[in-house]
Amino acid sequence: MSGKKSLWSDLHKSLFEKKPLVLTVGVLVTVSIGGIVEIAPLFYLDSTIEEVEGVRPYTPLEQLGRDIYIREGCYNCHSQMIRPLRDEVERYGHYSLAAESMYDHPFQWGSKRTGPDLARIGGLYSDEWHRDHMRRPQSVVPESVMPAYPFLENSELAFDNVEANLRALRTVGVPYDNGMLEAAVSDVETQLDPYAEDYDGFQERYPGAVMRDFDGNPDQVTELDALIAYLQVLGTMVDFSTYEAEADENLR
Amino acid sequence: MISAQGLKRAGSDPSTAIVLLITILGAIWSLFAAAYAPDAAMRGQSWLILGGFLTGIFLLVGSIAGGGVITDEREYNENLIKAGVIASLFWGVAGLLVGVVIAFQLAFPVLNIEAFGFTNFGRLRPLHTSAVIFAFGGNVLLATSFYVVQRTCRTRIAGGIWPWFVFWGYQFFILIAASGYLIGITQGKEYAEPEWYADIWLTLVWVVYLLVFLGTLWKRKEKHIYVANWFFLAFIVTIAVLHVINNLSMPVSWVGSRSYSAFAGVQDALIQWWYGHNAVGFFLTAGFLGIMYYFIPKRVNRPVYSYRLSIIHFWSLIFIYIWAGPHHLHYTALPEWAQTLGMTFSIMLWMPSWGGMINGLMTLSGAWDKLRTDPVVRMLVMSVAFYGMSTFEGPVMSIRAVNALSHYTDWTIGHVHSGALGWVGFVSFGALYCLVPWLWKRKGMYSKALVDWHFWIATIGILLYITSMWTAGILQGLWWRTYDALGFLEYSFVETVEAMFIPYVIRAVGGVLYLAGALIMVYNVYRTVRGDEVEDDENVVEQPALQPAQ
Amino acid sequence: MYEILSTFAQTWGLLIFVALFAAALVYALWPRNQALFDAAASAPLTENDTPAAADETEDETHVRA
Repeated sequence: MSGKKSLWSDLHKSLFEKKPLVLTVGVLVTVSIGGIVEIAPLFYLDSTIEEVEGVRPYTPLEQLGRDIYIREGCYNCHSQMIRPLRDEVERYGHYSLAAESMYDHPFQWGSKRTGPDLARIGGLYSDEWHRDHMRRPQSVVPESVMPAYPFLENSELAFDNVEANLRALRTVGVPYDNGMLEAAVSDVETQLDPYAEDYDGFQERYPGAVMRDFDGNPDQVTELDALIAYLQVLGTMVDFSTYEAEADENLR
Repeated sequence: MISAQGLKRAGSDPSTAIVLLITILGAIWSLFAAAYAPDAAMRGQSWLILGGFLTGIFLLVGSIAGGGVITDEREYNENLIKAGVIASLFWGVAGLLVGVVIAFQLAFPVLNIEAFGFTNFGRLRPLHTSAVIFAFGGNVLLATSFYVVQRTCRTRIAGGIWPWFVFWGYQFFILIAASGYLIGITQGKEYAEPEWYADIWLTLVWVVYLLVFLGTLWKRKEKHIYVANWFFLAFIVTIAVLHVINNLSMPVSWVGSRSYSAFAGVQDALIQWWYGHNAVGFFLTAGFLGIMYYFIPKRVNRPVYSYRLSIIHFWSLIFIYIWAGPHHLHYTALPEWAQTLGMTFSIMLWMPSWGGMINGLMTLSGAWDKLRTDPVVRMLVMSVAFYGMSTFEGPVMSIRAVNALSHYTDWTIGHVHSGALGWVGFVSFGALYCLVPWLWKRKGMYSKALVDWHFWIATIGILLYITSMWTAGILQGLWWRTYDALGFLEYSFVETVEAMFIPYVIRAVGGVLYLAGALIMVYNVYRTVRGDEVEDDENVVEQPALQPAQ
Repeated sequence: MYEILSTFAQTWGLLIFVALFAAALVYALWPRNQALFDAAASAPLTENDTPAAADETEDETHVRA
C-alpha cells in the first residue's frame, strides 16, 4: 500500500472499509428507502382501493378452489388483471379494480398470458363446458396448449380442515366472522346443493354466491367442484351499477 | 518453523453442537408433521424432510466422532468451493433440462402427462425457474463469493462448521422446495413459491451466510475491502430483507404445508414485484457483478478498468434498482403514482447498468487479443455484452406505452432469458471455467476446444431463443389489439395461441442447444477433475506453489 | 400524512438524495484516493495461494506474492 494517508481515506476507512458492519448498514439504508416510500403509502392511503359494493370474502368452497388454482400453478399462464386498454376491455370486460382482489391472499394477477385473462371468467361458460375443458381442453378448444386436469373430478376434496384455512385468512385480515368459521365445513356441502336446508343462512353469509353442484356428480365433493366454483365467481362480485369511476374517491 | 497456531480441530465445539441441535429440532418437527399434518401433501413431504435431517444428524455425529471440523488457518477452505462448483453444475443441468421440457410442453401439450398432474406445465415451470435461479445461480454465488472473499481478504473463511451448514442447508432448501412443487405445495407467488417452512429454513441458512461472510471480512488481512465483496454483501443483505418481507404469511397449521400471504391484492402485488424485480437486481445482477469484478480482472491479469467507476456503479445501482419493481404493474389496479415512480427509476437504471458494463469491458483494454485466444475470456465478455443488451431492453420495456404492448407476452420471457442465459449463465460458466483448474490445481481445462464449442453452441441457442421470443411477443401484443375495418377485434385469443407454434418450437431448440453446451461443460470439467492430460493454457494465471508459511 | 410526505420528498428528500449522490461522487473522484484505489484494484492480482499468516504484516504479504 502507498504510504500516503489523506483525511479522506482515513474518514472513508473508518466509515466503510474498516467496518463491514457499517457497509452492511449503508446497504440496508440505501435499499430501504425505495421500498418504504413506494410500499408504505399503499397501506394507509384511502385511495388505494376503490369504494365499491359487492366484494365479499370467498365461500369455503371457492377458497378451496382457489387453493387448487394456486396448487396447479394456473397463474403461470393466466392473468387476472384486465388493464384499462380498449382491446382488453372489449375482449375481457370491465378493467379490474383493486377492490376485486382485496381478499386475495395471495394476489393472482399473473404476469403472462399464454392463455387468456381469467379476471372475469365467472359466468362466461357453463359448468359443463368447464368440466369438458378440465378433462381435455382440446375437446372444446382444439388449438389450446393447456394441460389436462382429468384427475380433479376423481379427487375427493379435502375440506374437513377448512375452518382452519378461514381462520388463517381471518388472521391476515379477511373479515370472516365466527358464524362463518363455525359453518365452514357444512357450508362446503351447502353450496353444492341448491335445495340445502341452510340456503338462507348461507346466502346471508355469502350474498349472491352461486349454489349448485358444479362437477355434475352430486354423490361426491370433488376438487373439480371447488375449482369450478372459484372460476365461476371470478369477476362477478362487483356491482358495477354502483361504481363511479370518475368519483373523487376513485381517482388514483 | 510451522506454527501450530493455525491448525484447529473443532471437536465438539459449540458451533457443531448448535448445528446438531438445529437438525434434531428439525427432525422432531418433521415427525410431528408426518403424524398430524392436515394435508396429504405435507404428510408425504415430511418423510423427505425427516430423511434430510436424519442424514444431517448422522453426518454431524460422524464428524464429531472423527475429531470435529478441521480449521487450518494456513489454508483457504477450497473443499467448500469445490462442493459449490459441483452443485452448480448439477443444478444447472437439472434446471436447464426442466426448462427444455416445459418449452416443448408449450409447443406440444401432449407432453403434459395427465395422470396426477405432477408433470403439468403449471408445476414444472416454478421448478424450472427456482432450479435455474436459486439452485444454479445460488450455488454459483455461494461458491464464488466464498472463493473471492477468502482470496481478497487473504484469510480463511470464518466460522468453523458454519460455512458447511450454509452449503448443505441451502441444498436441503432446494430439495424441499423442488419436491414440494411437484406434489403441489406452493405459495403461488412467482419466484417465491416455497411455502412457509421452507422459507423459515432458508432465512436461517441465509442469516448464517451473512454472518460467515461478515466474519471473514472482519478477520481480513487486507486493508481495503475489494469491491467485488461490496456487491456480494449487498446481494446477501438485500435478498434477506426481500425474502423475509415478501414471504410473511399465516400458516393454516404449524405442521401443514398451506399458508396465506400476510398481504392481499394490490399491496401483495406491489410487495411481490418489489421482491421479484429485486431478485433480478440483487440476486441475478449485484451478485453476478461481484463475479464480474473479480474474475474478469483475474482472468485477463489486469486491474479493473476504473475502480472509481466501480464505486459509483455500486452505490447508484443498489439505490436505483430497489425502486424499479412497479414497472411490472403498469396499467394494473396499482395506483398510478407508484407506476410512474417505478418507470422513472427503471429508466434511470440504464445509466449505472451501462457504467458497470463499460467498466467490465474496458478492463480488457490492451488485452483484446485474449478474445481470440481465450474462449473463457470470450464467454465472460459476451456475458457483459448481454448484460448491456438486456439492461437497455429493460428500461425500454418499462416505459408505459411499450409495456402496454409487451406485458403479458413472450417478449418478457425473451427479455428475461437474454439476461439469464446471456448474462447470468455465461458469467457463471466463465467463472466456473476459471475456478476448476485453480481449485483442482490443473494447468488448464481438459480441452480448450470444448470450451469453444460450448461458447458457440450456447450463443446460437441464446440467439434462437431471444429472436423467437421477440417475434412471438410482438406478434401477440399486436394481434391482441388489432381491429378490423368494422371496428371489431380482428383475432380471437386462441388464434394468437395457434400462431405461437413455430416460435415455441424454435425456442425449445434454442434451449436444447444451450443445454447441450452445459453438458459439454460438465464433460470437460469431469475430465479436468479426473486429472486427464490437459492442454497447457497460458491463460490460466500460474498459481504459486503451495508453501508452508514461514 | 400523504401531503406531508410528498412535500418532503419533493423538497428536502430530493436535496438529500442529490447530496448523498454528490458525496459518493466526490469520494470516488477525490484525487488523493487514487493511490488507495490503485492498490485496491490490484488486490485480486497480487494474492497468494495461501492466506496471510497471523503475524504477517500487510506489506510482507505483498512481498511474498
